[in-house]
Amino acid sequence: MTTHAGRLAEPAPAKALNRARPSLGSRIASGVGGGAVRVVLLLVGLFWLVPTIGLLLSSLRSPEDMGASGWWKVFTAPSQLTVDNYQKLLENGDITNSLLNTVLITVPATVLVVVIGSLAGYAFAWMEFPGRDWWFLGVVGLLVVPVQVALIPIAELFGKIGLFGSIAGVVLFHVGYGLPFAVFLLRNFFAEIPRELLEAARLDGAGELRLFARVVMPLGGPAIASLGIFQFLWVWNDMLVALVFSDSGSQPITVALQTQVRQFGNNIDVLAPGAFISMVVPLAVFFAFQRQFVSGVMAGAVK
Amino acid sequence: MTSATAGGTAPVPPARTRKSVTGTRKAVVALFLLPALVLLGALVVYPIGYSVVRSFYDQQGDGFAGFDNYKALFTDDGIRTALKNNIIWVVFAPSVATALGLVFAVLTERVRWGTAFKLVVFMPMAISMLAAGIIFRLVYDQDPDKGVANAVWVGVHDTFAPSSAFPKAHPGRRSPLVADKGGFVTRDPVHTGQSVALPLVGVAPDVMPDSAGKAVQAATDPGRVTGTAWQDFTRGKGVGTLGRVDPSELGYSGMRIEAVKDGEVVDSAKAGADGTFSLSAKADGARLRLPASNFAEPYNGVDWLGPSLVTPAIIGSYVWMWAGFAMVLIAAGLAGVPRELLEAARVDGANEWQVFRRVTVPLLAPVLAVVAVTLMINVLKVFDLVFIIAPGSSQDDANVLALELYRKGFSEGRPGVASAIAVFLLLLVIPVMAFNVRRLRREVRR
Repeated sequence: MTTHAGRLAEPAPAKALNRARPSLGSRIASGVGGGAVRVVLLLVGLFWLVPTIGLLLSSLRSPEDMGASGWWKVFTAPSQLTVDNYQKLLENGDITNSLLNTVLITVPATVLVVVIGSLAGYAFAWMEFPGRDWWFLGVVGLLVVPVQVALIPIAELFGKIGLFGSIAGVVLFHVGYGLPFAVFLLRNFFAEIPRELLEAARLDGAGELRLFARVVMPLGGPAIASLGIFQFLWVWNDMLVALVFSDSGSQPITVALQTQVRQFGNNIDVLAPGAFISMVVPLAVFFAFQRQFVSGVMAGAVK
Repeated sequence: MTSATAGGTAPVPPARTRKSVTGTRKAVVALFLLPALVLLGALVVYPIGYSVVRSFYDQQGDGFAGFDNYKALFTDDGIRTALKNNIIWVVFAPSVATALGLVFAVLTERVRWGTAFKLVVFMPMAISMLAAGIIFRLVYDQDPDKGVANAVWVGVHDTFAPSSAFPKAHPGRRSPLVADKGGFVTRDPVHTGQSVALPLVGVAPDVMPDSAGKAVQAATDPGRVTGTAWQDFTRGKGVGTLGRVDPSELGYSGMRIEAVKDGEVVDSAKAGADGTFSLSAKADGARLRLPASNFAEPYNGVDWLGPSLVTPAIIGSYVWMWAGFAMVLIAAGLAGVPRELLEAARVDGANEWQVFRRVTVPLLAPVLAVVAVTLMINVLKVFDLVFIIAPGSSQDDANVLALELYRKGFSEGRPGVASAIAVFLLLLVIPVMAFNVRRLRREVRR
């Protein structure tokens, strides 16, 4: 910061010459020195944190305390903090069951997208078949198709084949909508693998499957990590798809909490800890894999 | 969208050199491709065709309906509100998020803890819209004792306009006061040398101002109008002596008293702790008024989730989630801006604002466009936040297309209209689809 300010100060004489009529913007900008920037960013950061802190502290207060005063009261009365809400929540069969469902939906939906997407991505990158690039462009075109388009048709389709209301149905839908991005990302990444590497493996006697499993997949690590994290979070955080395709037995935590929101006000002791529990895994992923997370989200945000 | 550019740092090898190294058999190609193509065909392509066809049939699905379902897009009240709100969303949410992202990206370059700041602002991207919805349901709670937005708002408001202390006060029996424009006024004119009694009742003991002391009958002053405003109520004994100050009755500390002559305020005073006040000789012959401001209900904050503010409020929560996305993308773009260019501009005498406005922003224009377009597509499909944050009473006012599609399709039993909305959404994203394909075709066919 100081070095930066020093650098700014240097061309001051030149600046002075040009400063005949500083506009309002200029004056604000020159007023925004190091100190001001720091204060502004500090306030913005605080502003960004307050909503989440509010949820966390609300989840740690009894419903009676929540009815009587705002969550910020705990700063003056820390004795109000309690984990009772969490205990009650984890004794609630519906909630624990829906948490389990979230895992049962998210893990297969992520693994399947990575595997099927890698196979297709490799085929589009390194196999020869008629119309290869056209097929690939077709898949890329599907990238931005809104999920909403498929809700009614797939609900009817799943109804006919008995997948409606099942975990498998929700997983399948997520795989379908995860694939365009997966194929797009992985094909581009695989296409940059040096040809010599593949040829060398081929000369060692590797078949297509072996080549894929032993050379392509390991080399695709970074892209696969980004894709996996993006897809994992996408499915874990989804509410709409599960709202349509799951029933009370197969619903994930988002849908279970959503039904509680309808009576917001009387059940903050369920909602706040529930929302926080549902956030724990994504936040852990976020802090553990920041780099892959960022690149995954950046690349996949078109969805 | 961005990975194409990120992946393009090393040029994609021309198609000819990416010939198969094994001379693949057809069966193997099928093995690799079929799972993806079958799933895409059944789950993504088929629904598009189905929706298009379905949108031309009636709600039962057996009669051809022509364009009736599309007409509903512009005649159905629910859809029209949704359309209007979607336009508001698309105009404001991406632009605000992008602008904030740009400012944050530029400013974080100047502090050492920029990374920590980015982490904080980017964090909401990790959580579900449902969780964000619950978070903001809490933030926007109407009760200033629950919702932090109203707590702050009321706090600021009361600093500048303290709420009145006597919300429920009113004249008792045989009072000299009559109601007047939300306040009260004496029936008869008052005169100098008089000590006027202004008895009221009805303020609960626990809301009386802390400063209120024992009321006393004001001493008379030949050159002034004096008097007492007090709570004419003795606990346990009812009114005590009606219209007279009894020993344990409390003064209306801080009550504002105006002397009104012919509709004009000629003098005013504030009651002291013992309820007494004193007005100058100008008040002679005037009537005394206790204006409405004394009796206003306490300020309760803004109804964030009421019909008029609910959409801006939800957009606020969206910006909270997505400004971090804009910031990180723009910061990545900013890292690619050659420092020498900025330095050169500074050496040439440009100040920080000019550097920002004339150098940084134009250089970042492509990134800003990508961010804004990405957010626009995202905003078109916004569902969870509206579904969760808007309370039942104002959900109609907060309606958006994706929500209306869900309602029409799954709770109102009108799949024909819902399909028409779906096709409409699809049409809106087709330009982006075409753009993606065109750009990639150049890369693929090199």
